[in-house]
Amino acid sequence: MPRGGWYSVGVVLLFALLPFVYGNHALLFNMMMYLVLAQGINVLFGFTGYLPFGYVGFFGAGAYGASLAILLVHLPPVPALFVGAAVSVLVALLLAPLLRLSGAYFAIASLAASEVVYYIVSNPHLVSLTQGPYGISLAQVYNSGASYATMVVVLAMALAVVVYLRNSHMGLALQAIREEPISAGFAGINVVRERIRAWLLSAALAGLAGGTYAWHVSVFYPKSVFDLNISVFAIVFTLFGGVATLVGPIMGTLLLYGLYNWIGISQPEYFQLVFGIVIVLLVLFLPNGLVSLLRRVKIHVP
Amino acid sequence: MSPSAPLLSVERLSKRFGAFQALDGLTLELAPGEVLGLVGPNGSGKTTAINVISGVYSADAGMVLLDGRSIGGLPIHRRAHLGINRTFQVPKPFKGLTVGENLEVAAVYSRADRAEIGKCLEFLELAPLVGREAASLNSAQQKRLDLARALIARPRLLLVDELGAGLNPVELQRMAQTLTTIARSGVALLVVEHLLGFLRELTSRVVVMDAGREIFEGSLEVAARDQQVIDVFLGG
Ligand SMILES: Nc1ncnc2c1ncn2[C@@H]1O[C@H](COP(=O)(O)OP(=O)(O)OP(=O)(O)O)[C@@H](O)[C@H]1O
Ligand SMILES: [Mg+2]
Repeated sequence: MPRGGWYSVGVVLLFALLPFVYGNHALLFNMMMYLVLAQGINVLFGFTGYLPFGYVGFFGAGAYGASLAILLVHLPPVPALFVGAAVSVLVALLLAPLLRLSGAYFAIASLAASEVVYYIVSNPHLVSLTQGPYGISLAQVYNSGASYATMVVVLAMALAVVVYLRNSHMGLALQAIREEPISAGFAGINVVRERIRAWLLSAALAGLAGGTYAWHVSVFYPKSVFDLNISVFAIVFTLFGGVATLVGPIMGTLLLYGLYNWIGISQPEYFQLVFGIVIVLLVLFLPNGLVSLLRRVKIHVP
Repeated sequence: MSPSAPLLSVERLSKRFGAFQALDGLTLELAPGEVLGLVGPNGSGKTTAINVISGVYSADAGMVLLDGRSIGGLPIHRRAHLGINRTFQVPKPFKGLTVGENLEVAAVYSRADRAEIGKCLEFLELAPLVGREAASLNSAQQKRLDLARALIARPRLLLVDELGAGLNPVELQRMAQTLTTIARSGVALLVVEHLLGFLRELTSRVVVMDAGREIFEGSLEVAARDQQVIDVFLGG
């Protein structure tokens, strides 16, 4: 088994079995969704150093791509998810020139790009195609059990991608690019191509998560699938746990999303406060996330 | 193949940064296994020359030929595939990766196997550090790691930028031996260096630059007696 393989199997089994003993399926579903998004952020930021604030744009593009494939082309939900992922990948391809930007410029440009996608989708002139601001209803294919099971599979795929990156030449090459792009070029790596591959992979994961989310909730508005909070949550969960590892984003998501559900839903104002404090503490004391604590006590982190 | 057929030809290479002419018509040639020193005062354009030859910057004018073919416009990784590699004045290893992983990265394209990586680590006295994070190495060790990374890519032309700076006399002696061994294996070496004593161990052939221009080409001994060269060094 590759490094992190058993760990991933454990997490997937956990979410496959928990619904039989724990009633809050919405919480489990959303947690899986954030696990996928956090790993998608991890693929991009952890392995290449690009922080995509507009990451939710791919999630929304996947949600809409899948929904329109169901509504307009009458595809069954599961094939429609792949259409959704393909739409996200297409958007990512169109946005690939953003990778020429660095640091904060990239973060802001990706945010602006996701806003553009949002405005296109929610534009009242496109009602006949996207339902514009009125949102989407997939009532005829609603199936909470099947969509839950699908998210388990998507989670397995996301974890498999990161396990692959943790164990493969491609993952090593991406980390080298993140550390020192010029030296990576002299190591023979096609820096531009590898960055684009990671970008597309990361977009595909968000697209799959978005499509599966759309199917699961079956009624949604453009605002809810292009909600910037989704990006922010996924980014903070990932950073909190620790990037470029398999375990970091998982720990970050389980702990912080758990916390959010514990206090955030009943007392959102306290959650904002706690969330803010967590971010500040993170930046000050744990810039490499929770996994750096484990490493400090010599626990090997897959 | 005749021994004098150049591997690298640089012809009237120029590079501007804004209004500043950093490289102004540099011309030089280098044959396989040959060592050429590139010297000159601070800011004379030595690093810029390496950057343009290796593809980090594009030239404004002039040509870089490898085996007689122009490589202008090729991205860095394509030049690395053709056999051009380099080290950096300020070393640039992959700091978050271990010493071993640093070389594995370079081995992906060149297909160097474990045994070769092991030999390279031994050759550059990095073997005991194989599991250490590159960030934890001192500057001399990071320079050797830079060099190891370049060697794993199987270069035919190696551009080294002030490898001697900051080394103690024992380290300098070893580095001179290392570079000599590399050149003897047939690799062409362009050595940018301030330490002329160190350079003398490697070669007697130098190009002296000033303000982006070549002001002397010939042997180190003659250069040391050349009035223009002396003026430039004392003035700079
Ligand atoms: N990226 C850049 N942008 C602007 N100016 C630059 C850039 N790189 C180099 N220069 C300028 O070009 C000139 C030549 O620099 P270069 O680094 O080639 O000198 P050098 O001969 O290597 O000097 P040193 O011996 O100090 O390393 C310097 O004046 C430097 O400030
Ligand atoms: Mg220099």
